[in-house]
Amino acid sequence: MSRDLNINVHHLTRVEGHGNIVVNMKEGVLETAHLSIVEPPRFFEAMMKGRSFHEAAIITSRICGICSLGHQLTSLVATEDALGLEISEQTVLLRKLLIHGATLQSNVLHAYFLAAPDFLNAGSVFPLIATHKDVVLRALRMKRLANDIGDIVSGRAVHPITPVPGGFTRIPEKAELLEIKRRLLEEALPDGVETIETMKSLAGAIPQFERETEYISLKHPEEYALYQGDIFSSDSGSVPVHNYLDVTNEFIVEHSTSKHTKYNRSSYFVGALARWNNNSSQMVDEAQAAAEAMGLKPNCHNPYMNTIAQVAEAVHCILDSVRIIDILIEKGLKNEKPNQTPTRYGRGVGSNEVPRGILFHDYTYDNKGNIVKANCIIPTGQNLANIDDDMKKLVPEIMNKSKEEITLDLEMLVRAYDPCISCSVHMLEVDFIE
Amino acid sequence: MKPQVAFFDFTSCEGCQLNKLNLENDLLDILKHVDIVEFREAMDDKADHYDIAFIEGSISSPSCVERIHDIRRRSDILVALGSCAVNGGINAMKNLHPIDEVRETVYGKDKYLFATLPAMAVSSVVKVDYEVRGCPMNQQDFLKLLIALVLGKQAPKYNSPVCVECKLKENECLYNRGMVCLGPVTRGGCDALCPSFGQFCTGCRGILSNPNLDGMLEIMTNHGISLDEAKKRMLLFNSNEVQL
Repeated sequence: MSRDLNINVHHLTRVEGHGNIVVNMKEGVLETAHLSIVEPPRFFEAMMKGRSFHEAAIITSRICGICSLGHQLTSLVATEDALGLEISEQTVLLRKLLIHGATLQSNVLHAYFLAAPDFLNAGSVFPLIATHKDVVLRALRMKRLANDIGDIVSGRAVHPITPVPGGFTRIPEKAELLEIKRRLLEEALPDGVETIETMKSLAGAIPQFERETEYISLKHPEEYALYQGDIFSSDSGSVPVHNYLDVTNEFIVEHSTSKHTKYNRSSYFVGALARWNNNSSQMVDEAQAAAEAMGLKPNCHNPYMNTIAQVAEAVHCILDSVRIIDILIEKGLKNEKPNQTPTRYGRGVGSNEVPRGILFHDYTYDNKGNIVKANCIIPTGQNLANIDDDMKKLVPEIMNKSKEEITLDLEMLVRAYDPCISCSVHMLEVDFIE
Repeated sequence: MKPQVAFFDFTSCEGCQLNKLNLENDLLDILKHVDIVEFREAMDDKADHYDIAFIEGSISSPSCVERIHDIRRRSDILVALGSCAVNGGINAMKNLHPIDEVRETVYGKDKYLFATLPAMAVSSVVKVDYEVRGCPMNQQDFLKLLIALVLGKQAPKYNSPVCVECKLKENECLYNRGMVCLGPVTRGGCDALCPSFGQFCTGCRGILSNPNLDGMLEIMTNHGISLDEAKKRMLLFNSNEVQL
């Protein structure tokens, strides 16, 4: 079909940050199909130079409000690795609980507020208050509880306060954790079950599109990897976190203020769907059953299903949080002080799975504990090349649709990745030229 | 007619916008009293005129300058939301380094591919009518201002240090616990949130209008950090406000 098509979505909505979708087809030949990242550069790596290890996580949590907990914890792991700071089992458990809270919050926000309006032909969640009030209230309830985990354990869900190098400045009270547990079981779990039903009812609106790609996530021998582990590629297996540069291979493209990455192929996928494809058997049984009920199977190659993988993860986070709280209480909460006495100085690397995918922080410290060099590689940046490759395959497949339908499919594709452009720098617009 | 309210993000982490979506318990009540006509992070709609425009983020590129002028032209009231918008915030740390070095650190030989400016407060480019301070902005602060604006009243302003609220909460002074805290020179209004959770004040709400900076530096250096470290700490969120 010798069609001319020119799409330019300027400042894509319902994503975090500023990006444009640009598609240009001439006489049926696709000339351009990419996500242009127009977020102003932030220059965090430059700002970090000379800063003390006490400040590193305070600064890097400001890379992104939505992912602030993930940046903060990954920064702390990198600093502890560089300075040889041992942390306690209690610190690890509290951090895992925080990651569950942040993942639950982010996944619920994305599924209900950012992605679902597309399935219901709405421009935002706000009109849904009139038409689907119970669903909106449920989403708000789940988000509030997830944020309360952050507020109680870390002082503040956005830009957390208490997690510092070597531990926490405040340990939550037993009664506070028991109350979270009660609400997880009595509120979040039933809400999670209802969420699965809602997503099942919307599943018919999920575009059928497949593109097999390389899936990269952390992998942990004992659990569904969110906090630490080895890097794992679905193409080539495990890589130690310290060798992350072998995997990310960043490069600059002119249409993006955020750098792109590639490993074994021209692009790879990170995020909930990559975690699902690499580690689904380690999710709690209920979450695996939820995924199956929503039509998500292992080795899924439909990027639009990332949202469904996020919902399955939300169920995992609810139930695994209860398990972690039980362990913390059984072992007894100890009023530990953070261990902030460095035993060495040098380079350290931290990596965690944050809602949008695998995150790396890499710092080198001088012998005063000040940063000489910093590098942060962000999930959304790692997904950009994969999104572009998806668009190049998708556009020719849907050429018979109207321009409006094609634009919507492209917007939904980008939103499915739940991109965070502040993180990657920031994100999205779509332009049609016909 | 309900006031037409819009939210815009510039160079920032969008945490302040997220903090509005995190007002889960109040969100539906807020929507009874205002119409949100533009909020890119959450909705598709766009509008031509705004009764109140909330601006998050710093002005840090030529396109930011153009865009904020356009928004100001179409807004009756313009509010700077959060540290990045109020004084440049953490983004302004890059202003402490030569701009070419900053570009080169991140983009290497491609350093001139993307135009960048020093990170500026919104008020250095257009008139700002009100501000909500903090990193992230404090939700209750935001609600108080929104309610005041909807009712046509004056919004509260804070110009007393974090220490005042910290003392009222009967917290132990963090200096007694061996930490170095910016509470004495930082604008309050946050209910001393960080010190109450055992963490030092980072100065995220900006420096008081009449600070004794030399006294602050003296206290900090008396508590075990070098003058250089003390200055850096004070500049963390206030590189555009403080001359040291």
